[in-house]
Amino acid sequence: MSDHTVAAYDKELAALSQNILEMGGIAEKMLIDAMDALVTMNLERAKTVVASDPRLDALQRQVEEFAILTIARRQPMAVDLREIVAAIRVSADLERVGDLAKNIAKRTQKLGEARIPRAAIGLKHMSDLALLQLKNVLDAYATRDIEKARAVWERDAELDALEDSVFRDLLTFMMEDPRNITFCTHLLFCSKNIERVGDHATNIAETIHYLVTGEQLPVERPKGATSSVSTGK
Amino acid sequence: MTDLQIKTDMSSTPTSAAHAREDKLIVRNLDFFYGESKALKNINLALATNTVTSFIGPSGCGKSTLLRILNRMYDLYPGQRAEGEVLLDGQNLLDPKLDLNLLRARVGMVFQKPTPFPMTIYENIAFGIKLYENLSKSELDGRVEHALRGAALWNEVKDKLNASGLSLSGGQQQRLCIARTVAIQPEVILFDEPCSALDPISTAKVEELIDELKEKYTIAIVTHNMQQAARVSEFTAFMYLGELVEFGPTTRLFTAPEKRQTQDYITGRFG
Repeated sequence: MSDHTVAAYDKELAALSQNILEMGGIAEKMLIDAMDALVTMNLERAKTVVASDPRLDALQRQVEEFAILTIARRQPMAVDLREIVAAIRVSADLERVGDLAKNIAKRTQKLGEARIPRAAIGLKHMSDLALLQLKNVLDAYATRDIEKARAVWERDAELDALEDSVFRDLLTFMMEDPRNITFCTHLLFCSKNIERVGDHATNIAETIHYLVTGEQLPVERPKGATSSVSTGK
Repeated sequence: MTDLQIKTDMSSTPTSAAHAREDKLIVRNLDFFYGESKALKNINLALATNTVTSFIGPSGCGKSTLLRILNRMYDLYPGQRAEGEVLLDGQNLLDPKLDLNLLRARVGMVFQKPTPFPMTIYENIAFGIKLYENLSKSELDGRVEHALRGAALWNEVKDKLNASGLSLSGGQQQRLCIARTVAIQPEVILFDEPCSALDPISTAKVEELIDELKEKYTIAIVTHNMQQAARVSEFTAFMYLGELVEFGPTTRLFTAPEKRQTQDYITGRFG
């Protein structure tokens, strides 16, 4: 796309985009570290995850303030307006991803003694997929690639299906031995958190689609194969 | 020719606002010449009844020229001519036999700079009415008050109707001109950059007024202020180098325009 007549405007929009990508990098790293801490029971690593969250929050505020300023100063239209709205929305999604990773890290610190390492395997699968979704959607944002964004949007059903299966596993562990309940309940929340990360990735995919085309994706997303177990969703 | 032709033009801009629209004024295959130079090239569009249509585009793109055709303003100047059709309720305005006074009573115009007559506020309004109608003093008083109320000026001037129109502020003068236009009870009102000489508060008053006027009139407005076009109009036409580049619902044109040129212009990327 050609440049604005006012060069400073281009710099402002580029700065917004850059902030978003930095936020994306932090959010991704937080989730990787949080899952690593959970699987290996590394409490030190869990601490570093909690400690990175304020930086993400600060960046989100910065994006928001900057976006508001740009709206006031430039009265953006068309693709510029969508760019700024997208930045506000994506930054909010990434900030939430950070919160969810932080929550996993906090739970890791509280898991207690009774642990079943194999119970965390399903969660690891989930987080691998969530991270892939997150990575792809951030790539799609960086390159304004709607095909890639759409692929993320369509793939979320897989993550939902994985969550169902983790739910059933954890339920089995709890029925086997009530002493597992504390541990498994924490893991249940963790799996919910990871599933939410996937939802934020699809939100971002929707935002990218809007940013590039000016059209909203349909309200209904493709649904995954629902299991026989009701998860209350 | 060609309802179909018009429909085809409109169908490129699908919208919920477009359904059930009735067209007050239809422009078909319109070309316009200043002497040898062609200022408008094959313009096709329609002004929907009781809506506001705005015209945007860089200086010299032909938007004011187009507006001036709609009430045959160009007839005042030799060497200027229009080809094609401009249909007001089906009647071709370009017909040389048309009575221009009657046309201008049906299609009123408000200019960029306020142009009050050098006479009292009352006379500014009454003057035009008296040209077309023979009313009693009390009827005339009623019409003047009605017009001034319609232009949201009554409360500010009711105690000084005999003061000179030139004694008013710029914003008030512009509303006086709008009142003068409304007084003749036209069907279409053309605004040529009505707010470019006004401060933001006067601008807001004129915009509020336009919003009220569209209940009764069909409105076209030329503006350089894109936010204004976005605020006041239902449909927007983007013109460039004498051509109509894009025409569609305002909400669409300012958030996700279809044409690259439109996007470049409204986002400030024009070279």
